Amino acid sequence: MNINSFSSKLLENAVNEFAKLPGIGRKTSLRLVLHLLRKDFTEVEQLSDAMLRLRREICYCKICHNISDSEICEICSNPLRDHTTVCVVESVKDVMSVENTMQYKGLYHVLGGIISPIDGIGPDDLTFDALEKKVSEGGINEIILALSTTMEGDTTNFYIYRRLNKYPVKITTLARGVSVGDELEYADQITLGRSLINRQLFVMES
Amino acid sequence: MQLQKLFLLDFKNYVEADFSFGPKINCFTGNNGVGKTNILDAIHYLSLCKSHLNTQDSLNIRHGRDSFMIQGEFLRNGLTEQVHCGVKQNQKKHFQRNKKEYSRLSDHIGLFPSIMVSPSDNALIGEGSVERRRFMDSAISQFDKVYLEQLVMYQKAVYQRNALLKSFQETHQFSPEMLSLWDDQMIQYGEPVFSRREDFIRELTPVFQYFYQEISGAEEKVELVYSSRMHHASLKDLLAGALSRDRILQYTTVGPHKDDLQWMMNGFPIRKFGSQGQQKSFLTALKFANYDFIAQKNETRPILLLDDLFDKFDNKRVENIVRLVSGGRFGQIFITDTHTERMKELLAFSGSGNRHFLIHGDHIEIID
Ligand SMILES: [Zn+2]
Repeated sequence: MNINSFSSKLLENAVNEFAKLPGIGRKTSLRLVLHLLRKDFTEVEQLSDAMLRLRREICYCKICHNISDSEICEICSNPLRDHTTVCVVESVKDVMSVENTMQYKGLYHVLGGIISPIDGIGPDDLTFDALEKKVSEGGINEIILALSTTMEGDTTNFYIYRRLNKYPVKITTLARGVSVGDELEYADQITLGRSLINRQLFVMES
Repeated sequence: MQLQKLFLLDFKNYVEADFSFGPKINCFTGNNGVGKTNILDAIHYLSLCKSHLNTQDSLNIRHGRDSFMIQGEFLRNGLTEQVHCGVKQNQKKHFQRNKKEYSRLSDHIGLFPSIMVSPSDNALIGEGSVERRRFMDSAISQFDKVYLEQLVMYQKAVYQRNALLKSFQETHQFSPEMLSLWDDQMIQYGEPVFSRREDFIRELTPVFQYFYQEISGAEEKVELVYSSRMHHASLKDLLAGALSRDRILQYTTVGPHKDDLQWMMNGFPIRKFGSQGQQKSFLTALKFANYDFIAQKNETRPILLLDDLFDKFDNKRVENIVRLVSGGRFGQIFITDTHTERMKELLAFSGSGNRHFLIHGDHIEIID
């Protein structure tokens, strides 16, 4: 099959658009488009409507830069959450991961990425200024750095630390070490070493 | 550690081959081109999960077939262990220890260590500093996984710093603050890389000198010199001193990624002043020292693979080497050579536990 030989310009256009999405090649794109053609008109309308509304109406929370339906997101506007603790993450996806743990009741700050000159990402591309402003205004007791444990993540942690350590705020980072369920024998030396350095007091829960 | 049995199927020129080895010297002789080296390469596969020549796996499949298999039976710490390597065209390489598939090949490396001495070692003298750094780095990484991790992180930091230097040039901006973030990362990982290398060369040198004397029987004084600007200054100071040059060149001109090893004989570089025989003795002693180092750290003797080592060596040096490797410092050895009669005589003198295979184009003969 030569998938470049389209019988219709409309078909070709649709295939081209789908193929621009990440992870979608031209073959998959064609399959999706043909699938849509077999669907009811209303179903396709619902899909295109959802996409258009998503793009038109979504906003980013003015406080934490998370994706939101309104100017202030549901997390930031929730009075039951701890507004003195802010967890700094790379992306919206990471907010979801931390929320899924059900262990965190504070707020977030979404950076939009991490510093990586190779990818052309510097401090101006990320929301550091907003973070510093938030901290300088007071009212925040703790900043939790929850970035990837890569070199770029570490470098970004250093950068944030340098910008924030002049303010009276506690800066913490996620514990690194052996994961739950790991057998020591199979933990790699680096992880095991780090877990030893970051060891904690043994407490029995009563 | 010993390789007791080896089975090959459609590996390089071998349709099917089955070997039982002795605990000491195993020798393969025969004409050039009959596939002696391929047997050593199969053992290298079982040890390090890849060909010694670093070729693509599928290139080692026998012509006209679509897969190969290498199977080995090792004796390790008193236990018999099976190692299996299977490669099929366009499929992921299968690697198993005792019928259990590895999820990460790196978990296998180091368990069944080996050292290969081959004609391609000449690159360590003839080529640029990259080869010598690679020798040093892989020798240390074989027993020190923390070193490997630090080295990888260091290289990443250099890579990011270089990208930043380029972006300064492109945007006509300069931020000492951003640069210092990557300087700190380079320092954090580069300092331990430097001191680990320094320790390694210091420990390796006396063993290397001992082996050189044993092999050559000569009086030349040989030395391994680790040359690094970090001997004289901290990486922090070096980076500060090189800043304006780095900004112009848009890459990082100082640090352990620029280090080199100098191979010296009587105070002069062996590359220029050593004869071919001296250079060969030098490289062999270097590999033997590397072997000894791993044997000490692992508390198990690696397998020694000597590929065509005796070519261009005079008889005295050949005898010296055979005497050396038959001794207690070395474990099991695999040798390829073109001189069947010479090897026969040498093996007769070097005690028991030896096997001699005469490789013909189409079959393998065992010589008693
Ligand atoms: Zn918010």
